[in-house]
Amino acid sequence: MTGTTRRISVTVNGTPRDEEVEVRLTLADFLRKRLGLTGTHLGCEHGVCGACTVLVDGMSARSCLMLAVQADDCDITTVEGIAPSKDVLHPLQEAFRDHHGLQCGFCTAGILTTLVEFLRDNPSPSEGEVREAISGNLCRCTGYQGIVDAALDAARRLREAGGAAR
Amino acid sequence: MRGKLVGSPVRRLEDLPLLRGRGRFIDDIALPGMLEAAFVRSPHAHARIDGIDTEAALALPGVHAVLTLEDLRPWLVNEELVVGLPSASYRQFRNRPVLARGEVVHVGEPVAVVIADNRYIAEDATQLVMVDYDILPAVSDCRAALVDGAPKVHLDAEDNLLAAFDMGYGDVDAAFRNARHRFRETLHIHRGGSHSIECRGAVAAHDAVSDRLTLWVSSQMPHSTLRVLVDMLGRDENQIRVVTPDIGGGFGPKLVVYPEEVVACIATLKLGHPVKWIEDRREHFMATTQERDQYWEVEIAVDDDGRIQAIQGDIVHDHGAYTARGINLPQNSGESVPGPYIVPAYRMGAKLALTNKIPVTPVRGAGHPQATFVIERLLDRVARELGLDRAEVRRRNLVPASEMPYERPLRSRGGVPVVLDSGDYPRCQQMALERAGWDAFPARRRTAHAEGRHIGIGCANFLKGTGRGPFETVTVRIGTSGRVHVYTGGTAIGQGTKTMLAQIVAEQLGGDVGNVTVTTGDTAATALGIGTSNSRLAVTAGSSAHVAAGKVRDKLLQVAAGVLDATPEDLEIDGRDIIFRPQAGRIANKKLTLGEAAHVLAGTPGYVLPGGMEPGLEATEHVIIDRTPFAGGTAVAEVEVDVETGGVRIMNYVLAIDSGRLINPQLVDGQAVGGTAHGIGNALFEWMAFDENGQPLTTNFADYLLVGACEMPRVEVLHQESPSPFNPLGVKGVGECGVVPAAAAICSAIEDALAPFGVHIRKAPISPPEIIALIDEARRPSAAQYSR
Repeated sequence: MTGTTRRISVTVNGTPRDEEVEVRLTLADFLRKRLGLTGTHLGCEHGVCGACTVLVDGMSARSCLMLAVQADDCDITTVEGIAPSKDVLHPLQEAFRDHHGLQCGFCTAGILTTLVEFLRDNPSPSEGEVREAISGNLCRCTGYQGIVDAALDAARRLREAGGAAR
Repeated sequence: MRGKLVGSPVRRLEDLPLLRGRGRFIDDIALPGMLEAAFVRSPHAHARIDGIDTEAALALPGVHAVLTLEDLRPWLVNEELVVGLPSASYRQFRNRPVLARGEVVHVGEPVAVVIADNRYIAEDATQLVMVDYDILPAVSDCRAALVDGAPKVHLDAEDNLLAAFDMGYGDVDAAFRNARHRFRETLHIHRGGSHSIECRGAVAAHDAVSDRLTLWVSSQMPHSTLRVLVDMLGRDENQIRVVTPDIGGGFGPKLVVYPEEVVACIATLKLGHPVKWIEDRREHFMATTQERDQYWEVEIAVDDDGRIQAIQGDIVHDHGAYTARGINLPQNSGESVPGPYIVPAYRMGAKLALTNKIPVTPVRGAGHPQATFVIERLLDRVARELGLDRAEVRRRNLVPASEMPYERPLRSRGGVPVVLDSGDYPRCQQMALERAGWDAFPARRRTAHAEGRHIGIGCANFLKGTGRGPFETVTVRIGTSGRVHVYTGGTAIGQGTKTMLAQIVAEQLGGDVGNVTVTTGDTAATALGIGTSNSRLAVTAGSSAHVAAGKVRDKLLQVAAGVLDATPEDLEIDGRDIIFRPQAGRIANKKLTLGEAAHVLAGTPGYVLPGGMEPGLEATEHVIIDRTPFAGGTAVAEVEVDVETGGVRIMNYVLAIDSGRLINPQLVDGQAVGGTAHGIGNALFEWMAFDENGQPLTTNFADYLLVGACEMPRVEVLHQESPSPFNPLGVKGVGECGVVPAAAAICSAIEDALAPFGVHIRKAPISPPEIIALIDEARRPSAAQYSR
C-alpha cells in the first residue's frame, strides 16, 4: 500500500521473473515472500551474519542489505539453484553432508552460496583462505570445523571433476 | 550396547532438505490470509506507563489492530506467564505479564502489538503508537541492586532480592581453621546470549470449524508452551496444538515460553486471521532471555600438597527483571564448583538479584561454565602459590576411577542426590595433556620467548550433569506402509536428534535408518513431553526409544512367527522384511514385510488378534531417568598473547571428553566443537553491555561479537567412553561439553602466557583492552606488591 512500486525483471535460478515490487522491499523478502524461495534465511537483517547471502550476477551479496529493485536485470542464484538437478547435489552440498558441515542448517544457505563463488575463483584454497572466505558468515552450531573440512574436500572434488561442476 | 548403527557415524537424516534450501523454519510458514505482528517495546529500563495512544497507528492503512493488555484481557483467564521452577528459596514472585501492566521493568519489554498486512507496515505503525512513560530510577548492576536504598526494580517491591539459598556439606569452618593454606578470589563471570542464528518466532492460526488453535513456534519445549497456553487462555488441551517446525538453533533461551507467543494466539483468536511474529536480531538482544553476570567471593583451603580441604563462598547472580525460569542457574553453579574433584567440606551461598534488565535463563552450559571458571581459577592459584604444576594439582584432587560411583552430599534442585556415575577422570586429563604436549610446553615457550612471543598453556577439567529427567516420551510405531515412525516430545534444534533416535530404533528394527521417520516437538503427536535442554535427549529420549523399539521388535517377531510358522529365534529383521532363517537346516525362503506385520496388528473387524497380542505394532515409553549422568573431561588451550595489542590467538585446543557410550561419533564431535566455539566467545568476545540505567549497549552483531571462522582454532576432540550405569544405553549428554571448560582453560593459558608480568585474570570474558590494562597494572612495581 505505501510508497511507490516498480517493475523489475530478474532471472532467479535460471527462471526469468517479471514482478511489480514496492521500492522498499528487500531482495531477501522478495525471494522469500514473493517467489517462495525460503531457503535464503534472515539471521540479523543488518548485514553481519551472512545467512541471507545469494549470488547476484555471480557475486555474493547480502540479500538483506539489497533492495529488490536494485536487482533489476540481474541474474540471481539462491541455495535452491546450486544443485545441478533435483536428484544430484552440488559437490559442496555433498561434502557438507559427509563432513557434518551443518547442524541446524539455518546459516547453511549463505555459507554454500559464499563458497560456490569462492571455490570458483580459488579452486585450490588453503585452510586459512577458506576460513577467511567464510569469515563473513556466522554459524552458532558447528564451530566451523565441519564447514572448513567440507569446503576443502569440495574443492578437491571440483578439481577432480575438472571444474565442470560449477 | 553397541551395534551396527549405534556407535557409527551414520549420515544425518536432517541434511538433505536443509542443504537444498527446503527446510521449513518458522518464518517459512505462510498461511492464507496471514497477518504479521510487530511489538511496541519499552525504550526505558524502568518506567510507569501513564497512557497508550494507539489512534495514529490504527489509522495507518494496512493496520488491522493495535492491542494492549487491556485489549487482550477478554481472552485471558490469567495474564501472567507462570513458569518459575519450584523452589523454597523465593522471596518474591515476578512473573512476566503478557503485555506491560502499567509499568515496564526492562528495555525491550513488550508494551503493545500491531497486527498488519505485513511486517513492513506493522513496524511503521509501532512508531506511531504513543506511550506516555514516566521514567523511574533503574538498577543495572546486580551487586548494586542488593545495597540498601537501591532503586527498586519493581515499584511494589520491598527490595530486589528475588531468592537466596545456601548449599553445602561437611565442617567447613573447622576445615578452614585447620588449613595449612587458604586463598581468596573475587571473580566475575559474564555470559552473553544464545544467539541462535534463527531468532524466535511464532505463527498462530485458529480453525473455527473445530475450534482448534495451532501455534507453530521456534521453541525447545512445546509441551510446556501448551500448558502455559491452557493456563492463560482457559482453553483445554484438545483445543490447542503446539508444533515446532525446523528450528534454527536453540542454545537455551528457546526453552522458555514468551509473551509474544501468547499474544500471537490471542491476536488470531480476536482477528480470525493467522498471525505471524518473527523476532529480528535487535529484538533478540532486548527481548530474548540471556545468561549474564555472576560475582563470586570464594575461598579455598588446601594442605601442603595442594589437596583441597574445603571451599566456601558466595554468589551474587543477575536474575534480570522477571522470573522466566527460576533459581536453576546459581543452583547449577553452586552445585558444580566441586566438579570432578574431591572437596571434603563445602559451603556456597547464592543471592539472586532482580535488575532492570532482560530476564535471565539458561544459555548453553547453564551455570556450569561459571562454576568451572571458579574452581579452575582457584586451583591455578593453589598451584602458583605452592609452586606446583597446574595439572599435577588437579590430578591430586580428581575423584579416582576406583571411587565410582561417587556420591557427593549435595542435592540437585529437584532433591536428587549428586552421584558421579562413571569415568576415569585422571586418565581423561592425562589423555588431553599428552595430546596437547603439556610436558613439552616449556621448550616451546623458550623458543617463543627467544622470538619475542608470549605463549601460554592452560587446562581445565569439568563435569556437566546431563540428561535431566524425569523422562522423555517416545512412541515407536510401524505403519501398514512398512515405515517406522518415531514420535518424541523432544525437539530437534540442530543437534541431530532425528538421526540419533533413528539409529537407536533402526538398530532393532531392520537396520535401515532411511526407513525411519522421526517427528519431534508436536503436542498432537505425543501427549506428554518435556523438550530439549540440559544435553538431555540422548539420555532420556534415547533410552525411551531403545526400550520402545525393543518392545516393537518383540511384537514384530511374534506376529511373524505366527504367520511364517516359525519360532522367533529363527527370524531376522533385515531392512523392511522379517526373514525366516532357520537354525536347524530347514530351507529358508519365507518372509513377511514390516507392513504386512503391521496389518496383522491393525485389526480386522470381527477377527481375533493372533496369540492374544495387544493391538498396534507400536509401543510408547517414558523411561524414568532420575539420576543424572555426568559427562566430563579436560580442555587444554595453548594461546599466544600479543602484549602490545592484547590480542589473543588460540594456537592449539584439545578437548578430551567422556560422554559415555557414543551413539554417533560424528554428531558428538560436532557438538563438542560447536560448544567450544561458544565457550571461546565466552572467554574472549561475548559481552552483553548495559549502561548504568539498564540500557543495552550491544544490540547488533557489530557490537556483540560472535566467534567467526578465523578466530576459531581447529579443535581436537578425544573420547573416553565410560558407559553410564544410570540408563540402558550407557549414554551421557554431550551438547554442553564444549562450552563448559573453555573460558577456564583459555584464561588459564592467557595468564600463563603473561606470567612474566605477573598478571592475574579474575574475570571472563577478557578483552584486549583489559589484557593491556592488566599488563600495565602489573608492570607498576607498587601494584605488583599490592596484588599479593
